[in-house]
Amino acid sequence: MASIKLQNVSVSFPIYHAESRSLKRTVIAAASGRVGEDRRHRLVVEALRHISVSLKTGDRLGFVGANGAGKTTLLRTMAGIYEPVEGQIETHGAVTALLDPGQGMNHELTGRENIRLRGLFNALNQAQIDQLQDDVASFSELAQFLELPVRTYSSGMIVRLGFALATAIKPQILLMDEWILAGDAGFLQKARNRLETMVRGAEILVLSSHSADIIMKWCNRVIWIDGGQIKADGSPDEVLGAYLPADQFARAQMAALPTSA
Amino acid sequence: MNVTLKSEVPGEAPGLSGPANSLAFISAGQAWAPLTVMAKADLRQTLSLWRLVWALSVFDIKLRYRGSVLGPFWLTLSTAVMVASLGFLYSKLFATDIKTYLPFLSLSLVLWGFIANLTTEGCLSFTAQEAMIRAMRMPLSLHAARVVVRNVLILGHNIVVIVAVFVIMGTVPDQLSFLLVPAFGLWLVDAFALCLLLGILCARYRDIPPIVSSIMQVAFFVSPVIWSPTVLAHRGLGLSLVLMQWNPFYALLDIVRAPLLGTPMNASIWAVAIFYSILLILLTTILFIRTRPQIAYWV
Repeated sequence: MASIKLQNVSVSFPIYHAESRSLKRTVIAAASGRVGEDRRHRLVVEALRHISVSLKTGDRLGFVGANGAGKTTLLRTMAGIYEPVEGQIETHGAVTALLDPGQGMNHELTGRENIRLRGLFNALNQAQIDQLQDDVASFSELAQFLELPVRTYSSGMIVRLGFALATAIKPQILLMDEWILAGDAGFLQKARNRLETMVRGAEILVLSSHSADIIMKWCNRVIWIDGGQIKADGSPDEVLGAYLPADQFARAQMAALPTSA
Repeated sequence: MNVTLKSEVPGEAPGLSGPANSLAFISAGQAWAPLTVMAKADLRQTLSLWRLVWALSVFDIKLRYRGSVLGPFWLTLSTAVMVASLGFLYSKLFATDIKTYLPFLSLSLVLWGFIANLTTEGCLSFTAQEAMIRAMRMPLSLHAARVVVRNVLILGHNIVVIVAVFVIMGTVPDQLSFLLVPAFGLWLVDAFALCLLLGILCARYRDIPPIVSSIMQVAFFVSPVIWSPTVLAHRGLGLSLVLMQWNPFYALLDIVRAPLLGTPMNASIWAVAIFYSILLILLTTILFIRTRPQIAYWV
Protein backbone atom coordinates (compact mmCIF):
# COMPACT_ATOMS: atom_id res chain seq x y z
CA MET A 1 0.00 0.00 0.00
CA ALA A 2 1.37 3.33 -1.02
CA SER A 3 0.76 6.41 1.06
CA ILE A 4 2.12 9.88 1.49
CA LYS A 5 1.45 12.05 4.46
CA LEU A 6 2.44 15.67 5.00
CA GLN A 7 1.93 17.14 8.42
CA ASN A 8 2.09 20.88 8.94
CA VAL A 9 4.82 21.24 6.31
CA SER A 10 6.41 24.63 5.73
CA VAL A 11 9.10 25.38 3.21
CA SER A 12 11.01 28.61 2.88
CA PHE A 13 13.78 29.68 0.58
CA PRO A 14 16.63 31.66 2.05
CA ILE A 15 17.59 34.82 0.21
CA TYR A 16 21.24 35.57 0.66
CA HIS A 17 21.88 38.44 -1.65
CA ALA A 18 19.46 40.84 0.09
CA GLU A 19 21.46 41.41 3.22
CA SER A 20 20.99 45.15 3.57
CA ARG A 21 18.40 46.10 6.14
CA SER A 22 16.70 48.80 4.12
CA LEU A 23 16.50 46.53 1.09
CA LYS A 24 14.98 43.91 3.35
CA ARG A 25 12.25 46.25 4.42
CA THR A 26 11.47 47.27 0.86
CA VAL A 27 11.25 43.67 -0.26
CA ILE A 28 9.14 42.66 2.71
CA ALA A 29 6.73 45.48 2.03
CA ALA A 30 6.52 44.66 -1.66
CA ALA A 31 6.04 40.93 -1.36
CA SER A 32 2.72 41.04 0.45
CA GLY A 33 3.53 38.84 3.38
CA ARG A 34 5.24 35.96 1.53
CA VAL A 35 8.62 37.20 2.65
CA GLY A 36 9.54 36.86 6.28
CA GLU A 37 12.47 36.34 8.58
CA ASP A 38 13.61 33.08 10.08
CA ARG A 39 14.91 32.46 13.60
CA ARG A 40 18.23 33.99 12.77
CA HIS A 41 16.66 37.05 11.12
CA ARG A 42 17.62 35.96 7.63
CA LEU A 43 15.35 36.95 4.82
CA VAL A 44 13.32 34.02 3.50
CA VAL A 45 10.51 33.50 1.02
CA GLU A 46 7.83 31.40 2.63
CA ALA A 47 6.95 29.19 -0.30
CA LEU A 48 4.69 26.79 1.61
CA ARG A 49 2.95 27.40 4.90
CA HIS A 50 1.49 24.72 7.16
CA ILE A 51 0.46 22.25 4.48
CA SER A 52 -1.15 19.03 5.65
CA VAL A 53 -2.16 16.47 3.04
CA SER A 54 -2.73 12.77 3.40
CA LEU A 55 -2.93 10.49 0.35
CA LYS A 56 -3.48 6.78 0.06
CA THR A 57 -3.59 4.18 -2.69
CA GLY A 58 -6.00 5.10 -5.48
CA ASP A 59 -5.89 8.82 -4.90
CA ARG A 60 -5.46 11.02 -7.95
CA LEU A 61 -4.79 14.49 -6.68
CA GLY A 62 -4.61 17.62 -8.78
CA PHE A 63 -3.08 20.93 -7.74
CA VAL A 64 -4.47 24.15 -9.13
CA GLY A 65 -3.43 27.70 -8.38
CA ALA A 66 -1.91 30.81 -9.89
CA ASN A 67 1.69 31.00 -11.05
CA GLY A 68 3.98 31.13 -8.05
CA ALA A 69 1.34 29.76 -5.68
CA GLY A 70 3.73 26.97 -4.65
CA LYS A 71 2.46 24.01 -6.70
CA THR A 72 5.83 22.93 -8.02
CA THR A 73 7.53 23.55 -4.68
CA LEU A 74 4.91 21.34 -3.03
CA LEU A 75 5.57 18.58 -5.59
CA ARG A 76 9.31 18.89 -4.97
CA THR A 77 8.73 18.74 -1.23
CA MET A 78 6.57 15.63 -1.62
CA ALA A 79 9.35 14.09 -3.69
CA GLY A 80 11.79 14.76 -0.85
CA ILE A 81 13.94 17.12 -2.90
CA TYR A 82 13.33 20.08 -0.62
CA GLU A 83 13.32 19.10 3.01
CA PRO A 84 10.81 21.18 4.98
CA VAL A 85 11.88 23.70 7.61
CA GLU A 86 8.89 22.73 9.70
CA GLY A 87 6.64 19.67 9.90
CA GLN A 88 7.24 16.17 8.59
CA ILE A 89 6.64 13.96 5.58
CA GLU A 90 6.10 10.23 5.68
CA THR A 91 6.17 8.29 2.43
CA HIS A 92 5.51 4.61 1.84
CA GLY A 93 6.26 3.50 -1.69
CA ALA A 94 8.64 4.28 -4.51
CA VAL A 95 8.28 7.89 -5.60
CA THR A 96 8.92 9.11 -9.13
CA ALA A 97 8.83 12.81 -9.85
CA LEU A 98 8.39 14.23 -13.34
CA LEU A 99 8.97 17.84 -12.52
CA ASP A 100 10.72 19.20 -15.55
CA PRO A 101 11.16 17.51 -18.92
CA GLY A 102 14.92 17.23 -18.59
CA GLN A 103 14.58 15.70 -15.11
CA GLY A 104 18.23 15.42 -14.38
CA MET A 105 19.07 13.89 -17.74
CA ASN A 106 22.52 14.72 -18.97
CA HIS A 107 21.86 16.44 -22.28
CA GLU A 108 25.29 15.64 -23.66
CA LEU A 109 24.73 11.92 -23.26
CA THR A 110 22.62 9.90 -25.68
CA GLY A 111 19.10 8.79 -24.88
CA ARG A 112 20.31 5.23 -24.32
CA GLU A 113 23.03 6.33 -21.93
CA ASN A 114 20.50 8.33 -19.95
CA ILE A 115 18.20 5.32 -19.79
CA ARG A 116 21.10 3.26 -18.49
CA LEU A 117 21.84 5.81 -15.77
CA ARG A 118 18.20 5.79 -14.72
CA GLY A 119 18.25 2.01 -14.53
CA LEU A 120 21.33 2.11 -12.32
CA PHE A 121 19.70 4.75 -10.14
CA ASN A 122 16.80 2.36 -9.61
CA ALA A 123 19.22 -0.44 -8.77
CA LEU A 124 18.26 -2.58 -11.79
CA ASN A 125 20.55 -5.33 -13.00
CA GLN A 126 21.86 -5.60 -16.56
CA ALA A 127 18.97 -7.75 -17.85
CA GLN A 128 16.46 -5.33 -16.36
CA ILE A 129 18.29 -2.36 -17.85
CA ASP A 130 18.07 -4.05 -21.27
CA GLN A 131 14.35 -4.49 -20.73
CA LEU A 132 14.09 -0.85 -19.68
CA GLN A 133 15.86 0.18 -22.91
CA ASP A 134 13.36 -1.81 -24.99
CA ASP A 135 10.37 -0.54 -23.08
CA VAL A 136 11.39 3.11 -23.28
CA ALA A 137 12.35 2.78 -26.95
CA SER A 138 9.00 1.30 -27.92
CA PHE A 139 6.89 3.63 -25.82
CA SER A 140 8.68 6.86 -26.71
CA GLU A 141 8.87 5.90 -30.42
CA LEU A 142 12.23 7.64 -30.56
CA ALA A 143 13.86 4.68 -32.36
CA GLN A 144 17.24 5.71 -33.81
CA PHE A 145 17.15 9.07 -32.03
CA LEU A 146 18.05 7.21 -28.83
CA GLU A 147 21.59 6.88 -30.21
CA LEU A 148 21.94 10.68 -30.41
CA PRO A 149 22.76 13.14 -27.61
CA VAL A 150 19.64 14.41 -25.85
CA ARG A 151 20.58 18.01 -26.66
CA THR A 152 19.67 17.30 -30.30
CA TYR A 153 16.09 16.40 -29.31
CA SER A 154 13.11 18.68 -29.72
CA SER A 155 11.29 19.61 -26.52
CA GLY A 156 8.47 17.23 -27.44
CA MET A 157 10.96 14.39 -27.83
CA ILE A 158 12.49 15.14 -24.46
CA VAL A 159 9.01 14.97 -22.95
CA ARG A 160 8.42 11.58 -24.57
CA LEU A 161 11.71 10.24 -23.28
CA GLY A 162 11.17 11.68 -19.81
CA PHE A 163 7.66 10.34 -19.53
CA ALA A 164 8.59 6.90 -20.90
CA LEU A 165 11.52 6.68 -18.47
CA ALA A 166 9.56 7.77 -15.45
CA THR A 167 6.69 5.40 -16.04
CA ALA A 168 8.66 2.39 -17.35
CA ILE A 169 10.02 1.82 -13.90
CA LYS A 170 6.72 1.36 -12.22
CA PRO A 171 6.33 4.11 -9.65
CA GLN A 172 4.00 3.60 -6.73
CA ILE A 173 3.68 7.32 -6.31
CA LEU A 174 3.92 9.51 -9.39
CA LEU A 175 4.34 13.26 -8.96
CA MET A 176 3.88 15.17 -12.19
CA ASP A 177 4.11 18.79 -13.25
CA GLU A 178 2.11 20.24 -16.10
CA TRP A 179 4.80 19.99 -18.79
CA ILE A 180 3.32 16.67 -19.87
CA LEU A 181 1.01 18.78 -22.03
CA ALA A 182 3.95 19.55 -24.30
CA GLY A 183 3.44 16.22 -26.07
CA ASP A 184 1.52 16.04 -29.32
CA ALA A 185 -2.09 14.83 -29.32
CA GLY A 186 -1.23 11.24 -30.24
CA PHE A 187 1.35 10.97 -27.51
CA LEU A 188 -0.96 12.59 -24.97
CA GLN A 189 -3.53 9.87 -25.61
CA LYS A 190 -0.85 7.21 -25.21
CA ALA A 191 0.47 8.83 -22.04
CA ARG A 192 -3.05 8.98 -20.67
CA ASN A 193 -3.60 5.29 -21.37
CA ARG A 194 -0.41 4.43 -19.57
CA LEU A 195 -1.24 6.60 -16.60
CA GLU A 196 -4.73 5.12 -16.41
CA THR A 197 -3.23 1.63 -16.29
CA MET A 198 -0.88 2.79 -13.62
CA VAL A 199 -3.54 4.40 -11.50
CA ARG A 200 -5.84 1.40 -11.96
CA GLY A 201 -2.96 -0.56 -10.43
CA ALA A 202 -4.02 1.29 -7.29
CA GLU A 203 -1.18 3.75 -6.94
CA ILE A 204 -1.00 7.45 -6.22
CA LEU A 205 -0.91 10.22 -8.78
CA VAL A 206 -0.28 13.85 -7.93
CA LEU A 207 -0.61 16.26 -10.81
CA SER A 208 -0.12 19.98 -11.05
CA SER A 209 -1.74 21.66 -14.01
CA HIS A 210 -3.26 24.86 -15.33
CA SER A 211 -5.46 22.86 -17.66
CA ALA A 212 -8.85 22.37 -16.02
CA ASP A 213 -9.98 19.61 -18.39
CA ILE A 214 -6.83 17.54 -17.74
CA ILE A 215 -7.55 17.85 -14.01
CA MET A 216 -11.22 16.96 -14.57
CA LYS A 217 -10.28 13.88 -16.57
CA TRP A 218 -7.49 12.54 -14.42
CA CYS A 219 -8.12 13.55 -10.84
CA ASN A 220 -10.59 12.53 -8.19
CA ARG A 221 -9.47 15.15 -5.73
CA VAL A 222 -8.27 18.71 -6.22
CA ILE A 223 -6.39 21.07 -3.94
CA TRP A 224 -6.32 24.80 -4.64
CA ILE A 225 -3.09 26.37 -3.50
CA ASP A 226 -2.89 30.08 -2.97
CA GLY A 227 0.01 32.00 -1.47
CA GLY A 228 1.68 28.81 -0.28
CA GLN A 229 -1.38 27.69 1.64
CA ILE A 230 -4.25 25.31 0.95
CA LYS A 231 -7.26 27.40 0.02
CA ALA A 232 -9.64 24.60 -0.88
CA ASP A 233 -9.54 20.81 -0.84
CA GLY A 234 -12.26 18.59 -2.27
CA SER A 235 -13.72 16.92 -5.34
CA PRO A 236 -12.78 18.34 -8.77
CA ASP A 237 -16.28 19.74 -9.24
CA GLU A 238 -16.30 21.59 -5.94
CA VAL A 239 -12.81 23.05 -6.09
CA LEU A 240 -12.71 23.85 -9.80
CA GLY A 241 -16.17 25.36 -9.49
CA ALA A 242 -14.82 27.78 -6.95
CA TYR A 243 -11.44 28.29 -8.62
CA LEU A 244 -12.50 28.85 -12.22
CA PRO A 245 -14.73 31.57 -13.64
CA ALA A 246 -18.18 30.07 -14.38
CA ASP A 247 -17.79 29.97 -18.18
CA GLN A 248 -14.39 28.26 -18.06
CA PHE A 249 -15.69 25.74 -15.54
CA ALA A 250 -18.61 24.88 -17.80
CA ARG A 251 -16.24 24.44 -20.74
CA ALA A 252 -13.95 22.17 -18.71
CA GLN A 253 -16.91 20.06 -17.66
CA MET A 254 -17.96 19.71 -21.29
CA ALA A 255 -14.42 18.76 -22.32
CA ALA A 256 -14.20 16.11 -19.63
CA LEU A 257 -17.52 14.49 -20.55
CA PRO A 258 -16.51 12.03 -23.28
CA THR A 259 -14.61 9.72 -20.94
CA SER A 260 -12.79 7.57 -23.46
CA ALA A 261 -10.27 5.89 -21.25
CA MET B 1 16.28 -3.93 -2.89
CA ASN B 2 13.42 -5.97 -4.17
CA VAL B 3 12.99 -5.61 -7.87
CA THR B 4 10.43 -7.74 -9.61
CA LEU B 5 9.73 -8.15 -13.25
CA LYS B 6 6.20 -8.18 -14.50
CA SER B 7 5.27 -9.24 -17.98
CA GLU B 8 2.68 -6.87 -19.19
CA VAL B 9 1.91 -5.60 -22.66
CA PRO B 10 4.82 -3.34 -23.66
CA GLY B 11 3.85 0.23 -24.35
CA GLU B 12 0.59 -0.28 -22.54
CA ALA B 13 1.61 -0.95 -19.00
CA PRO B 14 4.79 -0.35 -17.03
CA GLY B 15 6.94 -3.46 -17.04
CA LEU B 16 9.53 -2.85 -14.37
CA SER B 17 8.85 -2.07 -10.80
CA GLY B 18 11.26 -0.21 -8.60
CA PRO B 19 12.13 -0.85 -4.99
CA ALA B 20 9.00 -2.43 -3.56
CA ASN B 21 8.74 -1.11 -0.06
CA SER B 22 10.69 2.09 0.14
CA LEU B 23 9.86 4.16 3.16
CA ALA B 24 10.98 7.69 3.65
CA PHE B 25 10.53 9.79 6.72
CA ILE B 26 11.64 13.38 6.55
CA SER B 27 11.26 15.53 9.58
CA ALA B 28 12.27 19.14 10.00
CA GLY B 29 14.30 20.12 13.00
CA GLN B 30 17.67 21.05 14.40
CA ALA B 31 18.19 18.08 16.73
CA TRP B 32 21.45 16.22 16.18
CA ALA B 33 20.13 12.68 16.46
CA PRO B 34 17.66 12.71 13.54
CA LEU B 35 20.05 14.78 11.43
CA THR B 36 22.80 12.23 12.01
CA VAL B 37 20.48 9.37 11.07
CA MET B 38 19.60 11.13 7.82
CA ALA B 39 23.24 11.86 7.02
CA LYS B 40 24.16 8.22 7.61
CA ALA B 41 21.31 7.06 5.39
CA ASP B 42 22.60 9.43 2.70
CA LEU B 43 26.06 7.87 2.82
CA ARG B 44 24.64 4.35 2.88
CA GLN B 45 22.54 5.02 -0.21
CA THR B 46 25.56 6.39 -2.06
CA LEU B 47 27.41 3.21 -1.21
CA SER B 48 24.57 1.04 -2.48
CA LEU B 49 24.46 3.08 -5.71
CA TRP B 50 28.16 2.54 -6.44
CA ARG B 51 27.38 1.25 -9.93
CA LEU B 52 25.66 4.55 -10.73
CA VAL B 53 28.60 6.52 -9.34
CA TRP B 54 30.95 4.48 -11.51
CA ALA B 55 28.83 4.91 -14.64
CA LEU B 56 28.48 8.68 -14.09
CA SER B 57 32.23 9.05 -13.64
CA VAL B 58 33.03 7.00 -16.75
CA PHE B 59 30.52 9.01 -18.79
CA ASP B 60 32.07 12.24 -17.47
CA ILE B 61 35.46 11.27 -18.84
CA LYS B 62 34.05 9.85 -22.07
CA LEU B 63 32.12 13.08 -22.67
CA ARG B 64 35.19 15.19 -22.15
CA TYR B 65 36.92 13.35 -24.98
CA ARG B 66 33.95 12.42 -27.16
CA GLY B 67 34.86 13.07 -30.78
CA SER B 68 38.59 13.27 -30.12
CA VAL B 69 40.86 10.79 -31.87
CA LEU B 70 43.10 9.91 -28.93
CA GLY B 71 40.31 10.09 -26.34
CA PRO B 72 41.27 9.79 -22.68
CA PHE B 73 44.80 8.94 -23.84
CA TRP B 74 45.22 12.71 -24.01
CA LEU B 75 45.35 12.67 -20.21
CA THR B 76 48.40 10.42 -20.30
CA LEU B 77 49.99 12.26 -23.19
CA SER B 78 49.68 15.79 -21.76
CA THR B 79 51.07 14.63 -18.42
CA ALA B 80 53.99 12.94 -20.21
CA VAL B 81 54.80 16.13 -22.12
CA MET B 82 54.59 18.20 -18.94
CA VAL B 83 56.82 15.86 -16.94
CA ALA B 84 59.40 15.53 -19.70
CA SER B 85 59.72 19.23 -20.44
CA LEU B 86 59.68 20.42 -16.81
CA GLY B 87 61.97 17.57 -15.83
CA PHE B 88 64.72 18.52 -18.25
CA LEU B 89 64.35 22.24 -17.57
CA TYR B 90 64.40 22.08 -13.78
CA SER B 91 67.10 19.45 -13.52
CA LYS B 92 69.30 21.98 -15.36
CA LEU B 93 68.05 24.96 -13.28
CA PHE B 94 68.45 23.21 -9.93
CA ALA B 95 71.58 21.49 -11.18
CA THR B 96 70.38 18.10 -10.01
CA ASP B 97 70.83 14.67 -11.50
CA ILE B 98 67.97 13.93 -13.86
CA LYS B 99 68.09 10.26 -12.85
CA THR B 100 66.81 11.15 -9.38
CA TYR B 101 64.89 14.30 -10.25
CA LEU B 102 62.65 12.99 -13.01
CA PRO B 103 61.09 10.16 -10.95
CA PHE B 104 60.53 12.67 -8.12
CA LEU B 105 58.96 15.21 -10.46
CA SER B 106 56.72 12.72 -12.27
CA LEU B 107 55.31 11.47 -8.96
CA SER B 108 54.92 14.97 -7.55
CA LEU B 109 53.24 16.44 -10.61
CA VAL B 110 50.79 13.57 -11.04
CA LEU B 111 49.84 13.52 -7.36
CA TRP B 112 49.56 17.29 -7.24
CA GLY B 113 47.47 17.26 -10.39
CA PHE B 114 45.08 14.93 -8.59
CA ILE B 115 44.86 17.21 -5.54
CA ALA B 116 44.47 20.38 -7.61
CA ASN B 117 41.77 18.94 -9.87
CA LEU B 118 39.99 17.48 -6.90
CA THR B 119 39.79 20.81 -5.08
CA THR B 120 38.67 22.69 -8.19
CA GLU B 121 36.01 20.14 -9.09
CA GLY B 122 35.15 19.49 -5.44
CA CYS B 123 33.99 23.09 -5.20
CA LEU B 124 31.44 22.28 -7.91
CA SER B 125 30.31 18.95 -6.39
CA PHE B 126 26.80 20.27 -5.82
CA THR B 127 26.51 23.46 -7.84
CA ALA B 128 27.40 21.66 -11.08
CA GLN B 129 24.69 19.05 -10.46
CA GLU B 130 21.92 21.53 -9.78
CA ALA B 131 19.61 20.00 -12.41
CA MET B 132 19.99 16.51 -10.97
CA ILE B 133 19.51 17.65 -7.39
CA ARG B 134 16.31 19.53 -8.29
CA ALA B 135 14.90 16.72 -10.40
CA MET B 136 14.75 13.84 -7.97
CA ARG B 137 15.63 12.83 -4.47
CA MET B 138 18.99 11.16 -4.44
CA PRO B 139 21.74 10.93 -1.85
CA LEU B 140 23.73 14.15 -1.89
CA SER B 141 27.02 12.51 -0.99
CA LEU B 142 26.74 10.71 -4.34
CA HIS B 143 27.77 13.90 -6.12
CA ALA B 144 30.95 14.16 -4.05
CA ALA B 145 31.70 10.46 -4.60
CA ARG B 146 31.32 11.02 -8.34
CA VAL B 147 33.99 13.74 -8.32
CA VAL B 148 36.35 11.46 -6.40
CA VAL B 149 35.85 8.44 -8.65
CA ARG B 150 36.22 10.56 -11.78
CA ASN B 151 39.52 11.95 -10.54
CA VAL B 152 40.79 8.53 -9.45
CA LEU B 153 40.12 7.33 -13.02
CA ILE B 154 42.12 10.28 -14.35
CA LEU B 155 44.89 9.48 -11.87
CA GLY B 156 44.88 5.94 -13.27
CA HIS B 157 45.64 7.32 -16.73
CA ASN B 158 48.52 9.39 -15.37
CA ILE B 159 50.10 6.59 -13.36
CA VAL B 160 51.24 5.18 -16.71
CA VAL B 161 53.63 8.14 -16.99
CA ILE B 162 55.11 7.45 -13.54
CA VAL B 163 55.64 3.78 -14.36
CA ALA B 164 57.33 4.71 -17.65
CA VAL B 165 59.66 7.20 -15.95
CA PHE B 166 60.57 4.69 -13.23
CA VAL B 167 61.36 2.02 -15.83
CA ILE B 168 63.43 4.36 -18.02
CA MET B 169 65.36 5.84 -15.09
CA GLY B 170 65.76 2.48 -13.40
CA THR B 171 64.28 3.63 -10.09
CA VAL B 172 63.44 0.79 -7.73
CA PRO B 173 60.86 1.39 -4.96
CA ASP B 174 62.14 0.34 -1.55
CA GLN B 175 60.72 -2.31 0.74
CA LEU B 176 58.47 0.17 2.55
CA SER B 177 56.28 0.33 -0.56
CA PHE B 178 53.57 -1.74 1.11
CA LEU B 179 52.73 1.54 2.89
CA LEU B 180 51.24 2.70 -0.40
CA VAL B 181 48.12 0.69 0.37
CA PRO B 182 47.17 2.54 3.58
CA ALA B 183 48.38 5.78 2.00
CA PHE B 184 46.03 5.35 -0.95
CA GLY B 185 43.20 4.49 1.44
CA LEU B 186 43.85 7.67 3.39
CA TRP B 187 43.92 9.66 0.15
CA LEU B 188 40.54 8.27 -0.90
CA VAL B 189 38.87 9.07 2.42
CA ASP B 190 40.40 12.55 2.45
CA ALA B 191 39.38 13.15 -1.14
CA PHE B 192 35.77 12.26 -0.41
CA ALA B 193 35.69 14.43 2.71
CA LEU B 194 37.29 17.32 0.83
CA CYS B 195 34.78 17.17 -2.03
CA LEU B 196 31.86 17.12 0.41
CA LEU B 197 33.31 19.97 2.48
CA LEU B 198 34.19 22.21 -0.47
CA GLY B 199 30.97 21.30 -2.25
CA ILE B 200 28.87 22.43 0.71
CA LEU B 201 30.89 25.59 1.39
CA CYS B 202 30.91 26.61 -2.26
CA ALA B 203 27.18 25.98 -2.65
CA ARG B 204 26.49 28.34 0.24
CA TYR B 205 29.20 30.94 -0.33
CA ARG B 206 29.90 31.58 -3.98
CA ASP B 207 33.13 33.41 -3.20
CA ILE B 208 34.86 30.27 -2.01
CA PRO B 209 35.95 28.76 -5.38
CA PRO B 210 38.28 31.64 -6.33
CA ILE B 211 39.67 31.68 -2.78
CA VAL B 212 40.34 27.93 -2.97
CA SER B 213 41.99 28.19 -6.35
CA SER B 214 44.33 30.96 -5.25
CA ILE B 215 45.23 29.07 -2.07
CA MET B 216 46.01 26.00 -4.16
CA GLN B 217 48.19 28.04 -6.49
CA VAL B 218 50.26 29.35 -3.59
CA ALA B 219 50.36 25.89 -2.00
CA PHE B 220 51.79 24.47 -5.22
CA PHE B 221 54.79 26.77 -5.08
CA VAL B 222 55.45 26.74 -1.33
CA SER B 223 55.12 22.98 -0.98
CA PRO B 224 57.91 20.67 -2.09
CA VAL B 225 56.23 19.64 -5.33
CA ILE B 226 58.63 20.68 -8.06
CA TRP B 227 61.47 21.42 -5.67
CA SER B 228 62.93 18.59 -3.65
CA PRO B 229 62.64 18.67 0.17
CA THR B 230 66.41 18.18 0.33
CA VAL B 231 66.82 21.82 -0.76
CA LEU B 232 65.60 22.91 2.66
CA ALA B 233 67.79 20.45 4.55
CA HIS B 234 70.51 22.96 5.48
CA ARG B 235 68.31 26.03 5.72
CA GLY B 236 66.82 27.59 8.84
CA LEU B 237 64.65 25.42 11.02
CA GLY B 238 61.69 27.83 10.95
CA LEU B 239 61.23 27.71 7.21
CA SER B 240 61.53 23.96 7.15
CA LEU B 241 58.92 23.65 9.92
CA VAL B 242 56.35 25.77 8.15
CA LEU B 243 56.88 24.50 4.62
CA MET B 244 57.38 20.84 5.48
CA GLN B 245 56.74 19.61 8.99
CA TRP B 246 53.41 21.41 9.37
CA ASN B 247 52.42 21.38 5.74
CA PRO B 248 49.52 18.98 5.19
CA PHE B 249 50.26 18.78 1.46
CA TYR B 250 53.84 17.78 2.11
CA ALA B 251 52.78 15.07 4.55
CA LEU B 252 50.19 13.63 2.18
CA LEU B 253 52.57 13.74 -0.79
CA ASP B 254 55.46 12.19 1.06
CA ILE B 255 53.61 9.21 2.51
CA VAL B 256 53.32 8.14 -1.13
CA ARG B 257 56.52 9.59 -2.51
CA ALA B 258 59.11 8.57 0.07
CA PRO B 259 58.71 4.79 -0.11
CA LEU B 260 58.54 4.83 -3.92
CA LEU B 261 61.66 6.98 -4.28
CA GLY B 262 63.50 5.19 -1.50
CA THR B 263 64.12 8.39 0.46
CA PRO B 264 64.27 8.00 4.23
CA MET B 265 60.86 8.50 5.78
CA ASN B 266 60.17 9.89 9.20
CA ALA B 267 57.30 8.26 11.10
CA SER B 268 56.17 11.75 12.10
CA ILE B 269 55.13 12.38 8.52
CA TRP B 270 52.39 9.76 8.92
CA ALA B 271 51.37 11.34 12.21
CA VAL B 272 50.96 14.71 10.51
CA ALA B 273 49.04 13.20 7.59
CA ILE B 274 46.67 11.36 9.93
CA PHE B 275 46.27 14.41 12.16
CA TYR B 276 45.18 16.64 9.27
CA SER B 277 42.96 13.87 7.87
CA ILE B 278 41.12 13.47 11.17
CA LEU B 279 40.67 17.23 11.34
CA LEU B 280 39.27 17.30 7.81
CA ILE B 281 36.96 14.34 8.36
CA LEU B 282 35.66 15.72 11.66
CA LEU B 283 34.93 19.11 10.15
CA THR B 284 33.23 17.56 7.14
CA THR B 285 31.12 15.21 9.25
CA ILE B 286 29.79 18.03 11.42
CA LEU B 287 29.14 20.28 8.45
CA PHE B 288 27.46 17.56 6.38
CA ILE B 289 25.16 16.51 9.23
CA ARG B 290 24.14 20.12 9.90
CA THR B 291 23.72 21.39 6.36
CA ARG B 292 22.57 18.36 4.35
CA PRO B 293 18.87 19.39 4.38
CA GLN B 294 19.75 22.87 3.12
CA ILE B 295 21.98 21.94 0.19
CA ALA B 296 19.05 21.58 -2.23
CA TYR B 297 18.05 25.16 -1.42
CA TRP B 298 21.54 26.49 -1.96
CA VAL B 299 22.41 25.06 -5.36
